[in-house]
Amino acid sequence: MSLDSKIPEGPIADKWTNHKNNIRLVNPANKRNIDVIVVGTGLAGGSASATLAELGYNVKAFCYQDSPRRAHSIAAQGGINAAKNYQGDGDSTYRLFYDTVKGGDYRSREANVYRLAEVSANIIDQCVAQGVPFARDYGGLLDNRSFGGVLVSRTFYAKGQTGQQLLLGAYSAMNRQIAKGKIQMYNRHEMLDVVIVDGKARGIIARNLVTGEIERHSAHAVVLASGGYGNVFFLSTNAMGSNVTAAWKAHKKGAYFANPCFTQIHPTCVPVHGAQQSKLTLMSESLRNDGRIWVPKKKEDAEAVRKGTLKPTDIKEEDRDYYLERRYPSFGNLVPRDVASRAAKERCDAGYGVVDNDTKEGVFLDFASAITRYGKEEANVKGVENPTDAQIKEMGKKVIANKYGNLFDMYKNITAEDPYETPMRIYPAVHYTMGGIWVDYNLMTTVPGLYATGEANFSDHGANRLGASALMQGLADGYFVLPYTIGDYLADDIRTGPIPTDSKAFDEAEKKVKDEINSFLNIKGSKSVDYFHKKLGQIMWNKVGMSRNEQGLKEAIKEIAELRDQFYKDVRVPGSGDEMNAELEKAGRVADFLELGELFARDALEREESCGGHFREEYQTEEGEALRRDDEFTYVAAWEYTGNPSEAILHKEELNYENIELKTRSYK
Amino acid sequence: MSADKAINITLKVWRQKNADAKGALETYKLDGVSTSSSFLEMMDQLNEQLINEGGSPVQFDHDCREGICGSCNMYINGQPHGPASLNTTCQLHMRSFKDGDTIYVEPWRAKAFPVIKDLVVDRSAFDRIQQAGGFVSVNTSGNTQDANAIPIEKDNADMAFDAATCIGCGACVAACKNASASLFVAAKVSQYALLPQGQVEAKDRVLNMVKQAQKEGFGPCSNTGACEVECPKGISLENIARMNREYLAASLSK
Repeated sequence: MSLDSKIPEGPIADKWTNHKNNIRLVNPANKRNIDVIVVGTGLAGGSASATLAELGYNVKAFCYQDSPRRAHSIAAQGGINAAKNYQGDGDSTYRLFYDTVKGGDYRSREANVYRLAEVSANIIDQCVAQGVPFARDYGGLLDNRSFGGVLVSRTFYAKGQTGQQLLLGAYSAMNRQIAKGKIQMYNRHEMLDVVIVDGKARGIIARNLVTGEIERHSAHAVVLASGGYGNVFFLSTNAMGSNVTAAWKAHKKGAYFANPCFTQIHPTCVPVHGAQQSKLTLMSESLRNDGRIWVPKKKEDAEAVRKGTLKPTDIKEEDRDYYLERRYPSFGNLVPRDVASRAAKERCDAGYGVVDNDTKEGVFLDFASAITRYGKEEANVKGVENPTDAQIKEMGKKVIANKYGNLFDMYKNITAEDPYETPMRIYPAVHYTMGGIWVDYNLMTTVPGLYATGEANFSDHGANRLGASALMQGLADGYFVLPYTIGDYLADDIRTGPIPTDSKAFDEAEKKVKDEINSFLNIKGSKSVDYFHKKLGQIMWNKVGMSRNEQGLKEAIKEIAELRDQFYKDVRVPGSGDEMNAELEKAGRVADFLELGELFARDALEREESCGGHFREEYQTEEGEALRRDDEFTYVAAWEYTGNPSEAILHKEELNYENIELKTRSYK
Repeated sequence: MSADKAINITLKVWRQKNADAKGALETYKLDGVSTSSSFLEMMDQLNEQLINEGGSPVQFDHDCREGICGSCNMYINGQPHGPASLNTTCQLHMRSFKDGDTIYVEPWRAKAFPVIKDLVVDRSAFDRIQQAGGFVSVNTSGNTQDANAIPIEKDNADMAFDAATCIGCGACVAACKNASASLFVAAKVSQYALLPQGQVEAKDRVLNMVKQAQKEGFGPCSNTGACEVECPKGISLENIARMNREYLAASLSK
């Protein structure tokens, strides 16, 4: 099958408007006869469910958590981008578009990104109308801050809890429709397969996680808003339950999986503490507005810091290496995430890490100079003449607490170090996956009637996502894109009537799900699911992580396949299938990660260039920067499942840059 | 990170097979717990030990492990989310405990939060309260007015935000001798009461949400303030006062 991205004709600024004017609509009376399933209730799924229900469709929404409000969008901290230009600093739809394409290292689809930038301003209007309490300044208007990889302030925020506030906004919109009966909410349900009837996605098989019952649900279309697959690394900033299962089952039923190797390793996370570590915690990128990143210039200082015999605050200014400011003077600490992460790895690999763990990996994120700067400003504002250093520090700390208080508290909680007094220690961690299910301009996958939105799809962030753009994309897809594009497809279904669940396709899908569950329970091996998940994570992090090479990737592919064999021989899943059973849930998810991981490594092997978050050691400039190979690799790698992850077939969607010139990304 | 050491502890954990079964505290010994581990990582370690011994792991709710999703809900040594203040269970660390400690772990106890299994309870009553009025009736259009069309006084915006940071974990209910959901309901009522966007439906909202909370079996508020003390997000008792004012005004004018 050839890939048709269905990008509308015409100039880029008119494409979305023209497309909306030309696609088919479903009459309000007919919408009442059409059912849509939405899997996942984060920003993408929650907003889509609410909007589809407002339009009149019957929505069935599913989440594995005990409430839709708990989806992991809730943990997003820093903010959401929108081209409002409220700060008058030269922002525009084009600039947001340009920054996103450049930030993604020219591996995203222009038309989708432009549309994202175009609807970004509507998102802020919509959320304010819902009562989302964004940060405001003293004049009562909305405040903004800046994020990495851009030169304007376009990020709207609610302290360090922007994701929470936006998700609760979408949740409130869902609640209104649940109360009306337009959304049927299935909490504590996990989708375990998509059902294809006559070539179209017509339903799902889901497990009720309380009773263990396997249920059939039908609809005229299925939307996957099930998030990313960062947990293939075991340790990531994702929630413990975040998984690839919905996306992977769809892949196995014919949805192509695009750019699986494009993973974002976020530069500022709390470092690993030890073997019992279950997940990693992000410290928002917004901290890089005010925090300066450094390591000691002298290796002996780094060693003394690790041993605890030297305090970082005792290291003199001239003995500190502010390596981002040194290497990238124009963007400094606000370079994009992939660049910042690699720079941290480079310093730690060279022996300058400041954390006393197995790998000695960590760098400082220091707020001392910001505290002094803000303290002086406050002294001026408050008319304190000749303030003492102590007064300045006190006032400065208050300003910092106001901006980042909850993050500082969280950091102190986890590490028992006070970041107001001593620099934070941070290190990169897996955070987001730009890759995902391939979709066309309408967000439809290669399976008719099966859609993917938010982090679950691949389309907008190329090889690297800019900060504060995940929330933007989730809500753009769910509020403003999918609800319209899906109508074009559903227009054919106004006379179809309810989809029966007693067909052969449902029988087969249900049987397969039940068989798989029984197979996990019957292995009765000697090792827990977590044992295998941790092993997989180690392979992924060491060989398919921040820096990759041909030999390591080949080894990873082999090791993952071997680990998968071992899993099916020796995993121990206690309990039964007809009860609440967290180990059984994990077994299913890890089984899928064990397949995805192999495809992931294969994709990284195939892409013989460095771009964004994908860094191949063989392809770098003399200065160690990523070396893209546009002649050969300006395409989306869309993989077709054939029964074995290592035998997937590669399809290429060529990327055409008509509005932005392909350039080597420079943040120097 | 640096003062990491290992402790040995005894756990008394509530085990209950399902909603209808009778539960009981079981005793487990757990050695070599790193003081840098979070409480839930300690529970992972217990479960790993149980699985390896051929036992049945303890079921508990958790997800983000960053203190924001509101999933985790353990009643630890008689306190919701354990000894540390302004903290969720997932953000409680084992450095809060000493070698040789005995730690009691129970589920939330409230009629409106029935136990599903072990430490997992059903908090869907909270969702139904939100469905009764925790929203502004605005459709998605892209044509609502510009976000800056109505300036909002910073103090009100900040207070609305503080109320809106409720994570819906239910610690307030677990802490309350009446199992009242007043702080939870008040947080949402307050958020909208402080914003111009919430004014249009303010009266129906407070009446309907309070009514639903009663229907779910949550108790009345007797202003003890235990909820505020135990709330991991520090939601202020002032919100309950604001809700009561809103409720009174709405009752008189409806």
